[in-house]
Amino acid sequence: MTEHSDIDHVSGRSTTGHEWDGIKELNTPLPRWWVITFYATILWAIGYWIVYPAWPLLWSHTTGIWNYSTRAEVATELANLEKIRGDKMVALGAAPLEEIEKNPALLALARARGKTVFGDNCAPCHGSGGAGAKGYPNLNDDEWLWGGSLDQIMQTIQFGARSGHPKTHESAMLAFGKEGVLKKDEIVTVANYVRSLSGLPTAAGYNATVGAKIFADNCVSCHGDNGKGNQELGAPDLTDKIWLYGSDEATLVETITNGRTGVMPAWVSRLDPSTIKALTVYVHSLGGGK
Amino acid sequence: MNKTVNPTDLQLEDDGPLYAAQKKVYPQSVSGTFRRTKWGLMAFCLGVYYLLPFVRWNRGLGAPDQAVLVDLPNSRFYFFFIELWPQEVYYFTGLLIVAALTLFLMNAVGGRIWCGYLCPQTVWTDLFYAVERMIEGDRRERMRKDAAKGTMKLERFAEILLKHSIWLMIAWWTGGAWVLYFNDAPTLVKQLVIFQAPMIAYVWIAILTATTYIFAGWMREQVCVYMCPWPRIQAALTDEWALNVTYKYDRGEARTSLKKANELRALGQPVGDCIDCYQCVAVCPTGIDIRNGPQLDCIQCGLCIDACDTVMTKIGRETRLIGYDNDINIHRRQEGKPPIYRIVRPRTIIYTAMIAAVGAIMLYAMLTRSLLDINVLHDRNPVAVKLSDGSIRNAYTVRLLNKRGFDRVIAIDVDGPVNATLHVVGADSVTQDRPMIILARDTTTELRLLVTAPAENNPEKSVPVHFRVTDIGLGEVASATDHFVAP
Repeated sequence: MTEHSDIDHVSGRSTTGHEWDGIKELNTPLPRWWVITFYATILWAIGYWIVYPAWPLLWSHTTGIWNYSTRAEVATELANLEKIRGDKMVALGAAPLEEIEKNPALLALARARGKTVFGDNCAPCHGSGGAGAKGYPNLNDDEWLWGGSLDQIMQTIQFGARSGHPKTHESAMLAFGKEGVLKKDEIVTVANYVRSLSGLPTAAGYNATVGAKIFADNCVSCHGDNGKGNQELGAPDLTDKIWLYGSDEATLVETITNGRTGVMPAWVSRLDPSTIKALTVYVHSLGGGK
Repeated sequence: MNKTVNPTDLQLEDDGPLYAAQKKVYPQSVSGTFRRTKWGLMAFCLGVYYLLPFVRWNRGLGAPDQAVLVDLPNSRFYFFFIELWPQEVYYFTGLLIVAALTLFLMNAVGGRIWCGYLCPQTVWTDLFYAVERMIEGDRRERMRKDAAKGTMKLERFAEILLKHSIWLMIAWWTGGAWVLYFNDAPTLVKQLVIFQAPMIAYVWIAILTATTYIFAGWMREQVCVYMCPWPRIQAALTDEWALNVTYKYDRGEARTSLKKANELRALGQPVGDCIDCYQCVAVCPTGIDIRNGPQLDCIQCGLCIDACDTVMTKIGRETRLIGYDNDINIHRRQEGKPPIYRIVRPRTIIYTAMIAAVGAIMLYAMLTRSLLDINVLHDRNPVAVKLSDGSIRNAYTVRLLNKRGFDRVIAIDVDGPVNATLHVVGADSVTQDRPMIILARDTTTELRLLVTAPAENNPEKSVPVHFRVTDIGLGEVASATDHFVAP
């Protein structure tokens, strides 16, 4: 590899020709395979610059002749996914809601798709299994604020509750205390009356007649004469065992004083129709669907 | 072998570097019993390997009709009348145990029978040697041609090119046959021909072409000597009764040329049968001298037996100077006793018994395996739901497995909480209060089951609940147990 033919007499090997105070350096070249590999990596790097994005420019970067980008790759993969889902999701979108539940293949598809979408969009409030929390309804039980039929569930998913969408469920419970409609002792009395509706014990000294009167004057317009609620207005059934915020006196007093205005967003603008259908069937199949 | 060595001598000994460059082996052609056996076994093994994917087996409509098929996309393994699901791969554990024990048994009876006759490395290398011999000539001719490397003529170049082309073709067929086990063979062959097969098929053909070509064409005995663990294990597993390809030195020593033997005989001196003709070395595919005793490099293919027998017959001496034998018999003959062969001994009996036991367990598991199965997964969030009337509901995800090749109707029964009711989401067909479900053939079906029970009848925090599915037609039953819990 070297053109120097200066031979070191002691070792019999060629030197580099460099000399320091009479001492010469033996020529020990790198192994040929190593050098070839090294040059190959340089060539590889040049090829890489040409085909892939490599050099930063002032406001951009070189794109490379393959125009590769990770973002475009994700977009392609998502498009492929849509293509794979294609026919099946179209069939789901075309089928009436009732038919989906009767067709095992469509039901399985809707439940699988619905479960994923639920996890992505609904779980933060309703929990991963739809178990809900205080103020967020449990979707597994049979009590529905806005109705538990397939159509009603879809309506609620599409437009939400108090979401600001023109078609949303609007009505909310009045803040009877804050608005000055009921005085504090009246609120306590009617709270105890509400407890009595579902057979819960009432506080000592509670006057049932007064409670019934206050309820009849203020609450029946939404909750009905017998407290059975009204799904048109999102007014819950006060006679059953399910409580969204709690059934103890303090919670009820708080509810009546400040009202309740829980919000659910409208999903019609964020999810496509067949996905909303899948979600509807999934929620309906959780157990409480009517 | 049994020479005592003084430890200090060992230290002084210089074994040289651990690395040894490959010495090219030029095995000579040979004929005889063992060569014929090897040809026969090679034809059988290669025939099975190349043709098995084309054997058909009718499994009914919708199921693949290939006798042996590893259907990875649908995660099924088909072997004639057996169909395995992924969760049943433990059958392969049994198969591997039987295979290992059979190997041990073979070893206990006749040494490295596997290495010498059946191992793919041996079979393909043997085939590649046959090609080489056909094109380049026998041992001496090949050695001469290789030695004259510097002056390569066009003819010689064409010879080498032809040899490698045929090798690559065989290697390519090997890889090609491999992928046929993973897809419908006739379809895949058509696709391969018109270059429409899946990419992965070409990739695997390329990989196996490369390994076959390199292992059988270039590395050959190096694979056995340096790569394979079996020679090491074999040496540890063998015993003094196992029959191995052995040079009977009691008969062969002292080696004497034919001419000299006659002179010495005339003088009344003892003469061995070995005439030192080196035919055993010339035919050896690993290039060793069997007369040095049992050694790791020896794959015990028996070709040296054929070579020696040929020579012995020619010079009118008794054959089997090299043969399947052991040290015990050599010593017995030296002492003037008749040789004894002990094929049936505790070791072989135990191996056979173990093979039979594992085989019987596998057969039993196979015959009694369930073709209808149920898995139950209790909802974890929420674990239990209180309904508006105060009753409790638990939800379960149930997966039903129908391993039969036809659709069937099953009924679901639940036994657990008092007065519990069962609802299957999406199943409206109810007969006599039992939800009926159609299970599609050869697949799993997932159902959501809702079990509801009045709270007052079930004060316990948790009660066991049994799920039972019954095939209405066949009466087959599968069951699973989970728990019903209160909130």
